[in-house]
Amino acid sequence: MALGRATKPIREASGIARVMFWSGVTITLLFVLMAILAPVISPYGFNQYESNGHRFPQLAHPSSAHLLGTTVQSVDVLARVIYGTQTELEVVAIALAMSLVVGVPLGLLSGYFGGILDRILVLIMDAIFAFPYLLIAIVIAFVLSTNSSIGGGILTAAIAITAAYVPLYFRVVRNHVISVREEPYVDAARALGARPRTVIRKYVFFNVVQNVPPIATLNAADAILLLAALGFLGYGIQPSQGAEWGYDVSRAVSDATNGIWWTGLFPGLAIVLLVTGLTLVGEGLNETINPVLRRRRFGRFEFEPVPGAVEEAE
Amino acid sequence: MTGTSLRTYLITRLALVVPMVLILLTLVFLLLRVAPGNPIEAALGGHVPPSVVKPIEHRLGFDKPILTQYGEYLWNIVRGNFGTTITDNRPLSQIIAQNGAATLELTFFAMLIAIVVGVLIGLVAGRYRDTPIDIGGRLFGVFVYATPPFFLGLMAQLVFGVWLGWLPTSDQASPLTQALLQTHTNIYFVDAIWDGNWGALWDVVQHLILPASTLGLITAGVFIRLTRVNVIRTLRDDYIEAARARGIVERRVVFSHAFKNALVPVITVVGLNLAILLGGAVLTEETFNWPGIGHELVLYLQDRDYTAVQGIMIVFALVVVAVSVLVDFLNAFVDPRIRY
Repeated sequence: MALGRATKPIREASGIARVMFWSGVTITLLFVLMAILAPVISPYGFNQYESNGHRFPQLAHPSSAHLLGTTVQSVDVLARVIYGTQTELEVVAIALAMSLVVGVPLGLLSGYFGGILDRILVLIMDAIFAFPYLLIAIVIAFVLSTNSSIGGGILTAAIAITAAYVPLYFRVVRNHVISVREEPYVDAARALGARPRTVIRKYVFFNVVQNVPPIATLNAADAILLLAALGFLGYGIQPSQGAEWGYDVSRAVSDATNGIWWTGLFPGLAIVLLVTGLTLVGEGLNETINPVLRRRRFGRFEFEPVPGAVEEAE
Repeated sequence: MTGTSLRTYLITRLALVVPMVLILLTLVFLLLRVAPGNPIEAALGGHVPPSVVKPIEHRLGFDKPILTQYGEYLWNIVRGNFGTTITDNRPLSQIIAQNGAATLELTFFAMLIAIVVGVLIGLVAGRYRDTPIDIGGRLFGVFVYATPPFFLGLMAQLVFGVWLGWLPTSDQASPLTQALLQTHTNIYFVDAIWDGNWGALWDVVQHLILPASTLGLITAGVFIRLTRVNVIRTLRDDYIEAARARGIVERRVVFSHAFKNALVPVITVVGLNLAILLGGAVLTEETFNWPGIGHELVLYLQDRDYTAVQGIMIVFALVVVAVSVLVDFLNAFVDPRIRY
């Protein structure tokens, strides 16, 4: 029932929003499938540079043996692109889950109870929000990979990305709670003697949480870009741990001067495609859920220009 | 009346700068100084005897109590002393003057490209909503948004630098220009014009085209999206309907009523985008070997030079805060509603 109500705008969406949404879903699902089936469909391992004792050729052109060519380390580019899907989705899923778990409750409590704690949290979050989030992620990844026992890896990358996004969720949720808090039905619940916990859980949470899916999807797209950027700068996944597209592109920069295009093109295209897919889903959701942009299949109202109108006199 | 309220607004806004700066500076300090591990050892590359580490620690004041260090850190920033790098003993002021100028040159032209391309596409897409033009414009917007600057830059290098051989793919100017050009501002574009050195200017522009276009196009995606939504929203407003009801020609409604009002929020967006632009600049500089402040940051990160990283972060924080204040001021002047 609740699900039916929540997905109603998506079913009622029309035209381009619908097409964009479903093509985004298709692309994203294809990548998810690719990640799950990686061991089956990948011709080689992500780190494999030889087979049956024969080392693969270095920087080989795309051919039937290596469909997308090989890198300087003789690793198959196709295998790295396929296994890269696993890394990207895994890190982004962990990072998103962590930023939701931290950001949403903080926003709920801060917005609902207000007071001095709210003021302080808003100041801190706004300050972080104004800062380039790539830089936040870089510094955190840098500190974690230098000092801690965690070292470079999936968790480090995920923590770095989380830190960059918590302020976003906090702001969105908190600001929405502020407006919902004053609604008559919330007031009514309070007047009836409901405890804050009940009010937040039953009346505020579900109203606010509707805003989260479009943001989270667009955020997932952004997080892929952020992870790739970290990888490009050498602060993502260590090459031995898994394939990461941003890291692969960074390796390809030196190849490009020699006119070698396949080592950079394919991982780069993979980033673009996955981010496009997620963005289309997010934009589609946004357009259907956001009332300002919503156009339903029914009750469409268009103000047609008056034919033969005259130019306005100055 | 308006004068006083504007002044009150500006003063309140300026007062808010203090906690914001303090929070950012504290975060930088917490992350880079209080975090476990020994920065000096890290900078010197792992396990070094204490006899080597101790004097440097003492010189940098890292052996004092943490609160004293925090106080000195803030006091130094107030005095305009952002520190000296551990690895090559370079004062941060020098990095700001030299590499900051290169970043300024890159980001300025990138922003210009982003605004022109983004706003134009956004206006047209919003006006012709749901037509093939709109779909094309939006897909372009999604596509440039989805492309990491380093990937677009790499492809641009490959096509225009290596295959076509039209443009240089690295650095801010050719070595000859760098040797001959007088440095007045360290912004090569300005310096070349200052001297009237047109050959150098041409060289500088050639070096600028690929990086600035890369960063500009990537940033344009946000402008497309926001301008489009603004146009759609404005075209729906009451006063637009009123204008139509008065019988004003559609073209005029769109141009003089809708577009103008749809563009006001773009100022804010320029400010908000600075954070994105600065992040993108780090990646673009790294791709094109552009000697900007982001490029230096990456180098110092590799050297594990904590004071250099800390200093560059402080610079970024101050720039971000300054721009956000500037944007709010501009908005207050443009839109009187904000002041009340």
